[in-house]
Amino acid sequence: MSLASIADAIPIEEARGRGGGGPAPTRIVVAYGFWIFLLSDIIMFSALFAAYAVLSGNTAGGPTGRSLFDLHNVFIETACLLVSSYTCGLGALAGERRRFDLFYLFAALTFVLGAAFLYLEMAEFVGMVKEGAGPSRSAFLSSFFTLVGMHGGHVTVGLIWLVFMVGQVFAKGFVPHVLQRLLCFSLFWHALDIIWVGVLTMVYLIGSR
Amino acid sequence: MLGKLTWAAIPLNEPIPLLTAGAVGVVILAVLGIITVKGWWPYLWREWLTSVDHKRIGIMYVLLALVMLLRGFADAIMMRSQQAIAIGGAEGYLPPDHYNQIFSAHGTIMIFFVAMPFVVGLMNFVVPLQLGVRDVAFPVLNSVSFWLTASGSLLINASLVIGNFARTGWLVYPPLSELAFSPDVGVDYYLWSLQISGIGTLLAGINLVTTILKLRAPGMLYFRMPVFCWTALASNMLIIAAFPILTATLAMLLLDRYLDMHFFTNDAGGSAMMFVNLIWAWGHPEVYILILPAFGVFSEVMATFARKTLFGYRSMVLATLAICVLSFMVWLHHFFTMGAGADVNAFFGVMTMVIAVPTGVKVFNWIFTLFHGRLVFTTPVLWTLGFMVTFVIGGMTGVQLAVPPVDFVLHNSVFLVAHFHNVIIGGVLFGMMAGYNYWFPKAFGFTLDERLGKASFWCWLVGFYLAFMPLYLLGLMGMTRRLQHISDPSWRPFLLVAVVGAVVIFAGIAFQILQLYVSIRTRESRRDLTGDPWDGRTLEWATASPPPSYNFAVMPVVEDIDAFWEMKRTGKASVVPTYETIEMPRNSPTGVVTAFFAVVTGFALIWHIWWMVILGLLAAAVTMMAFGWSENRELEISASEVEQMERARLGQGRPA
Amino acid sequence: MMDGDDLSHHLHDRTPGVRHEEPTADFLTYTAGLVFAIVLTIASFVVSQTNLLWAPGIPVGLIVLAFAQIGVHLVFFLHLGSGPDHTNNVLALAFGMLIVFLVLTGSLWIMANLNANTMSPADLMRMQR
Repeated sequence: MSLASIADAIPIEEARGRGGGGPAPTRIVVAYGFWIFLLSDIIMFSALFAAYAVLSGNTAGGPTGRSLFDLHNVFIETACLLVSSYTCGLGALAGERRRFDLFYLFAALTFVLGAAFLYLEMAEFVGMVKEGAGPSRSAFLSSFFTLVGMHGGHVTVGLIWLVFMVGQVFAKGFVPHVLQRLLCFSLFWHALDIIWVGVLTMVYLIGSR
Repeated sequence: MLGKLTWAAIPLNEPIPLLTAGAVGVVILAVLGIITVKGWWPYLWREWLTSVDHKRIGIMYVLLALVMLLRGFADAIMMRSQQAIAIGGAEGYLPPDHYNQIFSAHGTIMIFFVAMPFVVGLMNFVVPLQLGVRDVAFPVLNSVSFWLTASGSLLINASLVIGNFARTGWLVYPPLSELAFSPDVGVDYYLWSLQISGIGTLLAGINLVTTILKLRAPGMLYFRMPVFCWTALASNMLIIAAFPILTATLAMLLLDRYLDMHFFTNDAGGSAMMFVNLIWAWGHPEVYILILPAFGVFSEVMATFARKTLFGYRSMVLATLAICVLSFMVWLHHFFTMGAGADVNAFFGVMTMVIAVPTGVKVFNWIFTLFHGRLVFTTPVLWTLGFMVTFVIGGMTGVQLAVPPVDFVLHNSVFLVAHFHNVIIGGVLFGMMAGYNYWFPKAFGFTLDERLGKASFWCWLVGFYLAFMPLYLLGLMGMTRRLQHISDPSWRPFLLVAVVGAVVIFAGIAFQILQLYVSIRTRESRRDLTGDPWDGRTLEWATASPPPSYNFAVMPVVEDIDAFWEMKRTGKASVVPTYETIEMPRNSPTGVVTAFFAVVTGFALIWHIWWMVILGLLAAAVTMMAFGWSENRELEISASEVEQMERARLGQGRPA
Repeated sequence: MMDGDDLSHHLHDRTPGVRHEEPTADFLTYTAGLVFAIVLTIASFVVSQTNLLWAPGIPVGLIVLAFAQIGVHLVFFLHLGSGPDHTNNVLALAFGMLIVFLVLTGSLWIMANLNANTMSPADLMRMQR
């Protein structure tokens, strides 16, 4: 009996939901594995969020969020990241449709928007350090720089990965394993925007009141 | 050029580490020498170091655990003997600075480099076989996980010879672990070693959860999985949930130490209590990560040797999942005395008592499995019976400690030390020994000597009680943990009994080493020709011993719980299938190479050799990208090759 | 592992992030998601800065808006649905969210309690001088 005929023999109702259909296709396996990796990453961020929440009041006589945060800058950062999530989604669509031109366009847009986000964030950090509000000043600032910086670090890794993916598409085309990894990349990029929603709300919006 | 590293890092004036390092160095050189002279490097590289086969990786994990058990146990003997000697006017032979490093290393090594690798190794080996599939979801990642764990272990061992280890206890509480009070490399060794191996563990968790949920033989519904796979699922879910918290918390301490931040410092608004809170939010799930697979082993062993289906399969599964979720709701019981109010303490105290209930359900299920069964008293069964008594006692003292007012008296006394050794040795270690004896024939093709196995069990059992029951009494009498010197001479008799217990345990370990040696020497008389030495119930026993790289020539179709038992009963086990081409993953050097650069980077970070850090990180990134770019990761085994291998096994005998 | 590839048309579960419909529906889904997300984001900024709402309620409102934004991402960008094939993905997310909830609220409750009951390190050090 071949694997396919074995699979045929099991009624669909038994297979779905109760898990009797045999090993899942590689694409599903990879995507699921990456999905739970992302969830673990979100839990790691939640520990940093918890530290920030607990320590945000410990300013040690130094500057507070209210005095430091520039909401205009944050709004532009948020817009950049959100639209880059959109262009990333469209790029994934282009990949599935095997449209090289659209894929490269949306990949480039995603990169530019992500890089703009990073630039604005770096500028904010440098400005704060120059004012004497660096991460060594107080527990509040340590947790701020670490939480926001860790997110920025993930964005940086994402941009490097994006370049790598564009390289793979260029060299190999939209073969299955490249598409698999593009899927993982877009999961990653969307998750980063989700985490940014948390950072935005908890750190900047609530923190600047 | 070499950061903080100087010749002064080598402890030339401390005889014990120097002699140990010398002895270990000789052994390592001898082993490497023998391998080179006999020309085994190509074989080792091809078959083990670059292997992505879950069976090989599982064996290497267990080997790592057993080797590190020797070091962890050496630390234990030193502590016990120091406490038996240094009473009243006597000073003992270990100065405080040394003693502090020893108890810190003991705990760190036992948890992270003995218990975790043992558990992960067993799950790695067994789970794909029990699920009826060929390998885990991500084989190369599996290899990377193992090698990262080995890297962490190498760094910890290096701390014995180059520099020193942390003096803070195995959980490096600030402010003691901050730069102000631990300025040397000890805490850094701890932190980087655990960050590196922690990544490995997290990846292993993702691998096994994905495997169990997405890769099972056809017909293996969730409620037809062996109980060991359910406990492995729960344990790995906990790994995915808990280890990120450890990573983040240790990272924050690293930031304090390296970049002058103030998460946990005394000044600038830091909160040391936040560290304790976060580290135990990881720490409590960690102990359930360790015990759940042990529970799974006992379920398998009990059912097999009682010749009966496990009693209460569904309640076992529900109890396992309940423990999984509840384990995240009790962590404050590790710091009842830190100053939370009565309401917080009461909540976590009650939750701690609640979590004992599903464990009780499991114990009753095991007992009911024996009812109307016909138990065969093999070594794994002895370990299981020993567990049932010992772990229950440990669990009961745990429930005592769960009452906050009681904990106020007993926190950080040796009563606590006795409790957690009771559950970890009686639970985790006994489970691992049962699993080791039970699955050894499957892994290597011959059984272990039963007499020596039983001797080692009895020594461990008696030794454990001798070593730790006195500690309960000492704790009630007021003895604190981690004492380098004992001022109350009335404690002496108890401490003497404890050191005798440690010696008896040492005999148990010696018997295990002897058992392995004798079994290898007489292996021909103990060959497992059928692949099913225990008349097993689950699918791993349907393969040859050891299984071929592809595990199953044709993936079995599962129709019931205890799939292999059913197959034997209905005669399907001896049906010869039509063979097809099998795709298997190729070996990959990614794991070994990544590990090498991880060790280099970790060492450089510890000693502040910044150029080496940058090079190491770049090299690791390049390795990752090379793996990411690579294709052609599978090789084909043709149907005729499969047929040849299966016929060779058939010639040796098959299950009836 | 590799053996499962033939089964994809038959017994598929869903991966998060992939939608199996025609081009326009996909494009509309993403665009709708973007629009909703923009609206919610602007609303967040407005809510955080306005004087028109009762001040103590604003953090709650912001958290609700954050959840809404995250929901938009999950549904419109990650295509997380409620069909039977999505079970594994949704369960994983639910477990993850449970842990995040426990870590955050547990830590906040515990630390608030501890800070209220114990002396801060700064005060301790001042007493020691």
